[in-house]
Amino acid sequence: MDGLVSFFEYIVDQIDDIIELGIEHAIYILSVIVCGGIVSIGLGIWTRNQPIAREVALAVASVFLTLPSLALFVLFIPIFGLGFWPPFVALFMYSLLPILRNTVTGLAEVNPAVMESAKGMGLSSRQVLWQVQMPLAWPVILTGIRVSALLTAGIAAIATLVAGGGLGDFIKEGLTRLGLPNGVEAIWTGTVFIVLLALLFDAAFVLLRRLTTPAGIR
Amino acid sequence: MTDALIHLENVSKTYPGTSVPAVAELDLRIPKGDVLVLVGPSGCGKSTTLRLINRMIEPTGGRIIFDGEDVTEVNADNLRRRMGYVIQQIGLFPHRTIAENISTVPNLLGWKSDRISSRIDELLDMVGMDPSIYRNRYPKELSGGQAQRVGVARALSADPEVMLMDEPFGAIDPITRDRLQNEFLRLQEELQKTIVFVTHDIDEAIKMGDRIAILRQQSQIAQYDTPEAILAQPANDFVSDFLGKGAIIKGLNLKRMSDIEPDRIPAVRQDASPDEARRALDESSDGRILVLDEQDRPLRWIDRSAVEGDQPLANSGYEVTAVVEPDDTLRDSLELMLQSTASSACCIDDDGRYRGVVRIEDLTRFLAAMQQAERERRAESDYEPEQVTLS
Repeated sequence: MDGLVSFFEYIVDQIDDIIELGIEHAIYILSVIVCGGIVSIGLGIWTRNQPIAREVALAVASVFLTLPSLALFVLFIPIFGLGFWPPFVALFMYSLLPILRNTVTGLAEVNPAVMESAKGMGLSSRQVLWQVQMPLAWPVILTGIRVSALLTAGIAAIATLVAGGGLGDFIKEGLTRLGLPNGVEAIWTGTVFIVLLALLFDAAFVLLRRLTTPAGIR
Repeated sequence: MTDALIHLENVSKTYPGTSVPAVAELDLRIPKGDVLVLVGPSGCGKSTTLRLINRMIEPTGGRIIFDGEDVTEVNADNLRRRMGYVIQQIGLFPHRTIAENISTVPNLLGWKSDRISSRIDELLDMVGMDPSIYRNRYPKELSGGQAQRVGVARALSADPEVMLMDEPFGAIDPITRDRLQNEFLRLQEELQKTIVFVTHDIDEAIKMGDRIAILRQQSQIAQYDTPEAILAQPANDFVSDFLGKGAIIKGLNLKRMSDIEPDRIPAVRQDASPDEARRALDESSDGRILVLDEQDRPLRWIDRSAVEGDQPLANSGYEVTAVVEPDDTLRDSLELMLQSTASSACCIDDDGRYRGVVRIEDLTRFLAAMQQAERERRAESDYEPEQVTLS
């Protein structure tokens, strides 16, 4: 019980830092899913009729996701220095696979009869893509972005190791002060607010999905 | 046939990686304003042939002439906008309302929105769906039959000269299919479109086609003629085999009740006096007369025993069960006659009013005359059935 009280005291005490680092953390998530989304959706669209290129893109994105984040961050320091960029690039690479995979699946799963009738009515292949295929694949693609956002929320905690900021700072601080006053509280604060941030994004995606899914396929 | 709207001129299609063509040197003329049915066993290339017309499949040889213009090389999207296209799986856009689905091609062609809107209402009315109910529904809210109606409306939206239909009623239950076929024929009578219709069902081909092309492997034409001519004189064994047994029964699908002159057996209104009924019975050659309601719709058969008692005419005799409309085929009416106790069917007009009675003997006589006429036509024109040999 004492632990809980001191935990809340710590939060109240640190609220300004929590907000500032929380915003940094959210910026990672937002910038990564925007950039990752643009690249992955673009790749998915570009390779929709090119099976070989598509498989290569998926394989590369899969390899990216298997690279250990710690190693990746350190490798990027000589290139990007410390701070925002090493974690951003690493997180961006991780975000590709879920979005690309779902873009490929979503586009491929559009009912062939719908595509056939669209083409048969004289829609150009670009019109088929934007008027038919993308609207129908969108809920699946959005789910991919959502997975990437959650993935990024968790892994971004490690940005702190290369002075990248974010809510991971609390965890690192707690680890260095373990055994000292407020050490455990700091770890808990970082963890809980990362989870809360992830849940916030998740809720935003539920809302976004409702708002952007055409009524006929809801 | 000089008035061919579409002419496939020695068109071939060989898929990459294969040496055997799917369609080999097909020369097919599609007459303007008619329904041409392509029918044949599965794998004969009939769907491929249809899809060559709007270049959903690009031919590897030959030319496609549409309305006097060589369209083999023109922009395929523009060509497709001039041809309605209906497929078995319909392919309505699930994310768009019925109205939006129908407006697809008019939108591509840049029609004004009020023109599109009135066109949507017109088309939905045409296919028998209330615009006020269905305009803003989504495809998932429709039954299979309704979806196919919308599919046809969508294909007709920009009033194309040509309609290409690939087994449009193939995935629909038999009862609904029959109704859709009849509606479609009624629509076609009005619209006079040039229609190419693919089916594997010879009965459907006979019912729908003004002309039928029976195709064998690689889309070679085994016979190309009117349904009457094909039934009366199959050109070769392939065609006879494909027609199967019961060509005469199939022939009954060709004619509608409106083609046959019914026997005007006397009828009286249900409020007629017994004397009137008796007089009518005296005139009847059949020993029976019909009782009609106030709108002249047939209600009951009665004979002499019915006018001897006192009970009202509306309760005497027995109920009329076999009623055929002008659009029903002779086959429909035969079916009804065999079911009914009277072995005859009451013909009504479009408003449900009594026209006369047709018996089974009338059908056989009509058929015999039809076949005789076909044979005479052949004899006069020295017709030689086209013999097709596979190379």
